[in-house]
Amino acid sequence: MAAAIVVEGLERAFDEVLAVQGVDLEVDEGEIYGFLGPNGAGKTTTVRMLTTLLLPTGGRATVAGHDVVKESRLVRASIGVALQEAALDPLMTGRELIRLQATLQGLPGSEGRRRADDLLERVDLAAAADRRVGGYSGGMKRRLDLAAALVHEPRVLFLDEPTTGLDPVSRKTIWEEVRTLNDEGTTVFLTTQYLEEADQLADNVGIIDGGKIVAEGTPESLKSQIGNPHIQLQLAAGSVADAEEVCARIGKLLPPKDGRTVLVEVENGAADIPRTVRALDEAGIAVESLELVRPTLDDVFVAKTGHHIEKDGEEGAEPEPVEA
Amino acid sequence: MSELATNARVVRALGMRSIRQTFRRPQLMAPIVVFPTLLLAIQTGGAGGAVNLPGFPPVQSFLQFMLAGAMMQSLMLAGNSGGIALAVDIEMGFTDRLFSAPIPRYTIVLGRLAGTAALGLFASLWFLAIGLIFGAQIESGVAGALIAIALVTTTAMAVGGIGAAIALRTGSASVVQGLFPLVLVVLFLSSAFFPNELMIQPARAIAEYNPLSFVVEGIRGPIVSGVDASELGEAVLAIAGIVVLGLVLSARALRHRLRVG
Repeated sequence: MAAAIVVEGLERAFDEVLAVQGVDLEVDEGEIYGFLGPNGAGKTTTVRMLTTLLLPTGGRATVAGHDVVKESRLVRASIGVALQEAALDPLMTGRELIRLQATLQGLPGSEGRRRADDLLERVDLAAAADRRVGGYSGGMKRRLDLAAALVHEPRVLFLDEPTTGLDPVSRKTIWEEVRTLNDEGTTVFLTTQYLEEADQLADNVGIIDGGKIVAEGTPESLKSQIGNPHIQLQLAAGSVADAEEVCARIGKLLPPKDGRTVLVEVENGAADIPRTVRALDEAGIAVESLELVRPTLDDVFVAKTGHHIEKDGEEGAEPEPVEA
Repeated sequence: MSELATNARVVRALGMRSIRQTFRRPQLMAPIVVFPTLLLAIQTGGAGGAVNLPGFPPVQSFLQFMLAGAMMQSLMLAGNSGGIALAVDIEMGFTDRLFSAPIPRYTIVLGRLAGTAALGLFASLWFLAIGLIFGAQIESGVAGALIAIALVTTTAMAVGGIGAAIALRTGSASVVQGLFPLVLVVLFLSSAFFPNELMIQPARAIAEYNPLSFVVEGIRGPIVSGVDASELGEAVLAIAGIVVLGLVLSARALRHRLRVG
């Protein structure tokens, strides 16, 4: 499959600060690539270079087969861009914005008007199309920004943190639209600081920290590098030692968190839950709760960088609770 | 469609947006229309007797004399407002939308200047209308009025170039807004509101060499007396100088902005 984006040794310095330090990556056509990293990791700087908004100070990159420095106009004709802060004029109406975008992309007037109507319908903004953008909610602004990026049916779509600050419902709406676009053949380069977003959407994930790529691969392959999932069970009554004796027959015991919790790493994930429950029941051990905890991209990030990608408690392990 | 035609469409679309933006944001419109109109009313009402001072050029009325100054003030503030609006675009990231489109980047500046020129056109029509309503005569008739309108429109675009350059260089609306008093100082140190002949030194010397004075006299001539070829030529040269300065500064500032992102 041809590569939609090729980046080799890309660098960007701001005075003495090297914000992006020799980034290499490749994105195939038709792929969703998740570019994951904390604030200040170099995600946006990389995107700005790939979208020709910022000149690199080292390395090279091609997008849709065109060099981002030497053939910047050809790159811009091939891409759609929705940047971190939805770049919208609050004084324009949604329809005016999409029509302006169509003109900027060189679409004839009648086609621009038709595309504007179609896209506003597609992102569910037809009813609000003639209202000023300043009165839109955060989710509506993001959807309008996405629609504007699609007006010329780009081959490659850059989405810089498209759901940051959105409520869960709006976030899911954007995810569905990204999936649909990808199903239609659009390559998507998505930066995010949300682990779940990268996990849900991306075919491949690049993790960036301190301006360098620290890990790359499919979400599953990255997580499998960390280890197997583990079952976490909290005892209602009975001895932790007894429970550990039973669980040791199921899998590998992990250091406990506290005096009422047992952690056991299992090879078969959810398939190991029924026999764990049966063994505990046969031993007469009452369990208050039991859940399967899978390795997360945060675990991958911690393993590679030594620190968490998100603030503590914001989003961490992704437990799958099971009633005991 | 040829590339030239496509670029012209882009400039027109961005110019239309610029005009809509000004009319929808009262804080941009007020300095262009309200402030100069009030100043014109106050000065005409309060200092109308100035026409009787020895050395004051022969005019039909002080209002007739002041029309060129009011238009000049309006177009200067239109240029400043255009710069503020561009800086706001930079601050809120709207220019990223424009820079990431497959258009020559100079069309972004030209679009803004087209909008400013249109505001200059509006200002010239507004003040000529006010003048006519309140009894001022346009001595050289329709042709003179058209010359005045053309000069105001092109000067607005020229001054807008300098505003755009400062906006692109600084990316800060507050910095461009901070130039507002400076615009008035430069304007008061020209013949916009008072004849050079009646000024005292060193203001008189500054006003005599201030390029804005040449533009003002070029606009005022057809209104108060008639079209004078040498006066008109000096005005066109002054405007050309401001255009070149604005475009050179804008081009450099644009390159700087693309370099620093």
